[in-house]
Amino acid sequence: MNEIPNNAVRPPLLTIVLISGTALAYEVLLMRLLSILQWHHFAYMIISLALLGYGVSGSFLCFLQQRLIQHFTHSFIVNIVLFGVSTVACFQVAQQISFNAEEVLWDPPQLLRLFAIYLLLALPFFFVANALALSLIRFRDQVSRVYAFDLIGAGLGSMSIVFLTFVLHPLPALMVLGILVMVSVAVAAWELSIAARVKVTAGALLGALLLAVAIDHVDLTISPYKGLSQALRIAGTKVVDTRSSPLGYLSVLESEQVPLRHAPGLSIKASVEPPPQVAIFTDADNMTVITEDAGDRGAFAYLDYMTSALPYHLNSPGHVLILGSGGGADIQQARYHGVPRITAVELNPQLVDIVRDRYQDFSHDILNQDGVELHVSEARGFVTQSRDRYDLIQLALLDSFAASSAGLYALNESYLYTVEALQVYLRHLEPGGYLAITRWIKLPPRDTLKLFATAVEALQRENKAHPDRRLLLIRSWQTSTLLIKNGLIGDEENSALKTFAADRAFDVAWYPGIEEAEVNHYNVLRQPYYYGAAMALLGPKRSAFLHNYKYDIRPTYDDRPYFFHFFKWRVFPEIMALRGRGGMPLLEIGYLVLVATLFKAVIASAVLIVLPLIYLRRHNTPMSQDRVSSPRVLWYFFAVGLGFLFVEIGFIQKFILLLHHPVYAVSVTLTSFLVFAGVGSAVTQRIVQAGGHRRATRYAIIGIALFAMAYTWLLGPLFAHLAALPMALKVIASVLLIAPLAYCMGMPFPLGLSRLSTAASHLVPWAWGVNGCASVISAVLATLCAIHFGFTVVITLAVLLYISAAVSFPRVMQTTGPLKSR
Amino acid sequence: MHVSLHRGQRRGAQWVQSVCLVMLTVVFSSSIDSAGADQYQRLRAGMLDAIRADYQDTAVYIDKEKADPRVLAAMGQVPRHEFVAENLRDVAYENRPLPIGHGQTISQPYIVAVMTDLLSVQADDRVLEVGTGSGYQAAVLAELVSHMYSIEIIQPLATQAEKRLQGLGYKNVTIRHGDGYYGWEEQAPFDAIVVTAAAGHVPPPLIAQLKPGGRMVIPVGTRFLVQELLMVVKDNDGSVSTRQLLPVRFVPLTGGH
Repeated sequence: MNEIPNNAVRPPLLTIVLISGTALAYEVLLMRLLSILQWHHFAYMIISLALLGYGVSGSFLCFLQQRLIQHFTHSFIVNIVLFGVSTVACFQVAQQISFNAEEVLWDPPQLLRLFAIYLLLALPFFFVANALALSLIRFRDQVSRVYAFDLIGAGLGSMSIVFLTFVLHPLPALMVLGILVMVSVAVAAWELSIAARVKVTAGALLGALLLAVAIDHVDLTISPYKGLSQALRIAGTKVVDTRSSPLGYLSVLESEQVPLRHAPGLSIKASVEPPPQVAIFTDADNMTVITEDAGDRGAFAYLDYMTSALPYHLNSPGHVLILGSGGGADIQQARYHGVPRITAVELNPQLVDIVRDRYQDFSHDILNQDGVELHVSEARGFVTQSRDRYDLIQLALLDSFAASSAGLYALNESYLYTVEALQVYLRHLEPGGYLAITRWIKLPPRDTLKLFATAVEALQRENKAHPDRRLLLIRSWQTSTLLIKNGLIGDEENSALKTFAADRAFDVAWYPGIEEAEVNHYNVLRQPYYYGAAMALLGPKRSAFLHNYKYDIRPTYDDRPYFFHFFKWRVFPEIMALRGRGGMPLLEIGYLVLVATLFKAVIASAVLIVLPLIYLRRHNTPMSQDRVSSPRVLWYFFAVGLGFLFVEIGFIQKFILLLHHPVYAVSVTLTSFLVFAGVGSAVTQRIVQAGGHRRATRYAIIGIALFAMAYTWLLGPLFAHLAALPMALKVIASVLLIAPLAYCMGMPFPLGLSRLSTAASHLVPWAWGVNGCASVISAVLATLCAIHFGFTVVITLAVLLYISAAVSFPRVMQTTGPLKSR
Repeated sequence: MHVSLHRGQRRGAQWVQSVCLVMLTVVFSSSIDSAGADQYQRLRAGMLDAIRADYQDTAVYIDKEKADPRVLAAMGQVPRHEFVAENLRDVAYENRPLPIGHGQTISQPYIVAVMTDLLSVQADDRVLEVGTGSGYQAAVLAELVSHMYSIEIIQPLATQAEKRLQGLGYKNVTIRHGDGYYGWEEQAPFDAIVVTAAAGHVPPPLIAQLKPGGRMVIPVGTRFLVQELLMVVKDNDGSVSTRQLLPVRFVPLTGGH
């Protein structure tokens, strides 16, 4: 690997595309893998912090850039090799560390394990960041070009990983990424025309082969406390099939000896045992079941002993829409009640395949029965586009109790339970029809009350008079079902409700004309919390009640779609005082994990940013000579790093409302942002030649501000017009809308970098590191802001950050740019 | 100090764990490494103090004036350290749940106390437990009642608990390996039933095997964190109702409503 004279070397652009793409794909895949092994929010935290590898790389290169640049080809290739090896090796070692989040409270050493996991998983990102940063430094005269290919590679990576994870299971997908990195080693050798390129190619291919063999010996080490692991402890259970896609890793579990008897929310008065069942776990948790249908209708009588059966006792719905049909229990329930026409919607096509193919006989072909019509689609998107009206819309329990009760969904956006979503459902009800939403009961009450508040708000927005006369709420010890009627509830329904509830030992919590003496009889709580809350939420004291309640149960909106976020800081000290005696579950842990992640990211970033600066001051040419103020450099790259991801994350959420499907929406939006930002970066050089750095930066940032602000106002009404279009056209519309904004966003970072490389080139790796740290902080901060203030505020903040960047970098380096998302 | 929790653990990462182990050992366990019987007695007394203190705050909330002294006395008798792995003995009396392998845990002492207390057992009661686990809850109840019946679905745990309880001299505990859903028909009805395994719903056969006037207690939550306690009460006339209790004092509303 001898160095070649400078002038002969061109930037290894293809290699950059490959490794940048693989790095982004790896990040997405790691999220998938860790969501299977652990719980989603810990996966989120671990990966956020692992991405600090980019920041570490910046600091590292501050110390060693001169030495490494002297041997650029060497360093570049070695870092790629290490990236490839670590993608597989670090994951394998990290997953062996038995970290159990629930024990952190009592068992401080758990934190050491968590720290070890961060470090291990940061390594791959560190190596790939080194390779990328070395290219930016080495080819500083072509910064915007190199960065353009970095962004475009990332864009392609974000798209490819979706396809890859649809086709392959996570571990084989990991193997493909490892092999791709090895291929890029060979590509690099040829692009850089090194003398030993043939040998390097042979070595890389051998490496690829070894990685492939190694992967074969890796198994997923799933936390023993997840639902699947727990079920597998029981003799006679085995996983008979697995499917994998970006929507989740499905494990089909059969139990030969002990029946599964899955019937959450079953009345204590039920005496019928559920028929034999097969379980399907998503990401090793979140169980849904397929129930055997041997032709005996009576076997499904237990489904009449659920709170969700209430609407079937109020009228005889002719057409029922089931949102989230899963293994088919809600379809069975509707069939049990003799519903002639059932439309079912399920998001995950692999789940549908399992029910329809593998268990066709077992389930008596439930999805193809006469009168049953199944659609593979996202629930809200389906209803939005549906031209039908329904007598009953059932929104099933889509999440598991354990995860829900532990507050693990706090970070998940959900567009199913917002005021706007409920309005959409209500508009698709026949006169006299019902919307039924079943939720887990938690103590103290949380999501049922938030849902109630959201329903009241939706009814008011729909200008429905007397919301109190359109709502019914019942509860068992495990589930609650809220009914919203398209019409006023009459005495007949009231008495049917009372009979239904009394026969099943369910408590009524709200119906028009309810008396306090009727509530809290069967499942006795210390206070009639649900009734009291319903009264308050329907009365004049609503806002005081929401304020005084110890959990956040305010209605959720599309702009702040965190239905599962209940945490209030005000109550934190009280709960912490109770933690020793079992008060811990009162905390909504998901939110605190987010805060902890931000805290750690900020501390780590501060260290990573300050240390190299001290070193550079001591060992390098004095800053004054560069005529560059390092605080300004810091703020410029930091603001641009924060701003880029704020805009990206904000608009990903906005576009979900048009594209609906969680995977496609994120993939289309993210890819468009990255690719068009790449295009923007590619043309900056030309723009600079025409008008100078300062002017270019100013134009770019004005463009960002204009488009971003205009979109926050215009997208809503625009999407309403586009809603009925076919998916392909919606995707094209999204890409076209994102293009100009992303194009402008691609400029500030390379503009800043190219200015820096002439004015103070030793600061280039530092700026790269600052940008890396900013993007980690940004992702976490954006979610936190969105939880509290909504995505519109996130986007507005991004615009302010960009403007502050433009202002903060005038003197020598009047310009600037952002950083790509990773 | 580390129990192998994950399935299919491989040698590849043992060094990481070893590092953790060494650090832990140094930091945490040097002081009470070789605790003798006296030492455990002292730790147990400390545990009871912790439970009493917790009760003081919470008692009203779980419909109890204060902890039943018989329950505390029972917990003062049971050598909890015998119910955990060797390497966790030092922390056995801390007020925290601990892993016992097989993805299971031994509950936090405070929760054990509350659950036992809620059952309101009398000396001549027959009690059924579904989910033996380590056998600790069964031992505590065995101190209080005439006979304990306990069912465990995970074979190795059942065997281990049986051996352990025998070794400790508990003659009034009968353990069976099997599915607890149908209860223990031959020994029914029971004055009290405690279900320590997570339940998707309350198994109807268990309700049927509860005597009129009997109580059943079920913890709801995850393996390490109990969210709430569900108490099923069968009145003397045979009617059944449930109560949902938080094990801590926490009112969802602050003043001003």
